[in-house]
Amino acid sequence: MEAIAEKLRTDLMEKPAPVVAPPTVGLDLGQQAQPDAAAHTAEVVFEVENLDVYYGSFRAVQSATFTVYEHEITAMIGPSGCGKTSVLRCFNRMNDLIAGARVEGRLDFRNVPLYDARVDPVEVRRRIGMVFQKPNPFPKSIYDNIAFGPRVIGMAKRKTDLDDVVERSLKRAALWDEVKDRLKDSALGLSGGQQQRLCIARAIAVDPDVLLMDEPCSALDPIATTRIEDLMQEIKNDYTIVIVTHNMQQAARISDRTAFFTAQMNSETDQRSGLLVEYDRTEIIFSNPSDERTENYVTGRFG
Amino acid sequence: MAVSNARVDPSGGFTVESLRANPRQARKERLIRDSLGATALVSVIVSGLIIWSLFSEAYTFIVEVDWGTVWDIGWFPRRGIYDIKTLLIASFIVTGIAMVVAGPLGLGAAIYLSEYARPQIRKMLKPILEILAGIPSVVLGFFALQWIAPNLVKTLFSGPAAGSLLAAGIGVGVLVIPLVASISEDAMKAVPMSLREASSGLGARRVTTTIRVVLPAAVSGLMAAFIVAVSRALGETMVVVMAGGAAQTAVYTHSPLEGSLTITAGMTSLARGTDNVVGEGLTFQSLFFIGLVLFVLTFVLNLLSDRFVHKVREQY
Repeated sequence: MEAIAEKLRTDLMEKPAPVVAPPTVGLDLGQQAQPDAAAHTAEVVFEVENLDVYYGSFRAVQSATFTVYEHEITAMIGPSGCGKTSVLRCFNRMNDLIAGARVEGRLDFRNVPLYDARVDPVEVRRRIGMVFQKPNPFPKSIYDNIAFGPRVIGMAKRKTDLDDVVERSLKRAALWDEVKDRLKDSALGLSGGQQQRLCIARAIAVDPDVLLMDEPCSALDPIATTRIEDLMQEIKNDYTIVIVTHNMQQAARISDRTAFFTAQMNSETDQRSGLLVEYDRTEIIFSNPSDERTENYVTGRFG
Repeated sequence: MAVSNARVDPSGGFTVESLRANPRQARKERLIRDSLGATALVSVIVSGLIIWSLFSEAYTFIVEVDWGTVWDIGWFPRRGIYDIKTLLIASFIVTGIAMVVAGPLGLGAAIYLSEYARPQIRKMLKPILEILAGIPSVVLGFFALQWIAPNLVKTLFSGPAAGSLLAAGIGVGVLVIPLVASISEDAMKAVPMSLREASSGLGARRVTTTIRVVLPAAVSGLMAAFIVAVSRALGETMVVVMAGGAAQTAVYTHSPLEGSLTITAGMTSLARGTDNVVGEGLTFQSLFFIGLVLFVLTFVLNLLSDRFVHKVREQY
């Protein structure tokens, strides 16, 4: 494992030329690191310590500290404006797209500091995929949506290889049977739930190490939600999943660990900023939390 | 009931009367509606009259003209030679050159503004672009004749230092750059941020996102920008009159390095000497005929661009 971390450390640094065949770290890990779940000596994927997220002078999150483990589903819950999405968007440096966004504190991805000056965010995002709140398929065909990532990073050069990747990804996302006869049709013709599974398929087509999900079911009906949740359970053996959700039942159903965030008023600046209240195994958060605010939230007395 | 203007009916109860509109306000509302409708009607009527006069005079020309003179050696309306292809080719050459200049420059500026420029830079550049759009075309015509012709056309293409179709084309191109840039930028800005996020979330660099996601999604709007610019370039008059390198008459040419008359320049030179025009055979009517040709061309182009803009609204 140390070797992989070392490899990653060099891989993530900026490369001058367009990347040749991606190192597909996720695949390597998937093959050799199938853990016997019982022993549970899970690898650390993200190490978060005293993380502050700023938008300009506004501090959206203050000193969050927690750890994300490999092959687990880590849920972030909490009321609106508690900073959970802000934290999630640090994990693949998506916040870089927002002008004025800034991060302080430690955020390591497999022992590599993600905000090191030498790290190229594009390389990060090739290893850490993301699924968004609203399904956002490209206005292209179903096939081209899935093939987008592989084409961009130059994996699967030949048509048949690309076909394989598309088929495998769609099967993985439990969408293949529904769309296999209309791969050339526009992805915008799919239902909301299908579109979101397409976005998941699109994200896993590049074989990421981690999958970040930002309220992936908030725009879906209960049946589509169940399908996505089943899907997450199926793929978590291959990926590490971090999910932000408004839905406490969802966190309780699917996640291994849960981080509860809340919004706290800062008396000096008169601004609300997000605060990580408690982080623990999901069953503990929901049955025996140690913080009163957590208990109030999960029992529905607040939020 | 604390409602002012509430009219309570004699019996003092709450009836339909209580909820009826105040007649004074209703009258005012009707008056405003009718006068606004009248202004709209005036512009419709004026447009109709213009088209009618255009068609009726052009009709006289079409019926009475000897068609051999419409496909001849050049544009000499006062001598009864109305070679329409001279004007058409000149118009197409100028428009083509203008689009070669304005297409890449306008689109490039739009991509930079929409995808790359930081907000502060954008705030600075946008007004500059709008100032460029506000330059009177007579100023640009002078610029084309005095600067573009001797410095670009002569040195780069060894053309004449005086007016030529090339000088006029480059001038018109500069004129429509802001148009191309601003419509293209609008089209690209209309592409939802979520698509850019999806793309960069998959490890695409900004240039990849622009080329593979933003431009294809905005393609209808970009086409509209292009068509509007073509239509504007076809209709541009002052620059081609000043820098086109021909006055009154023109011998047919398809060389950009020579001077000629575009449709608009041909009309201008005819209409300038009104006293001479009226009453000399079909010279007067030929003005309306080429006007009609130009009208049909731009009308079709505007219809096309409308189609594309419509399509852009249906996307994503």
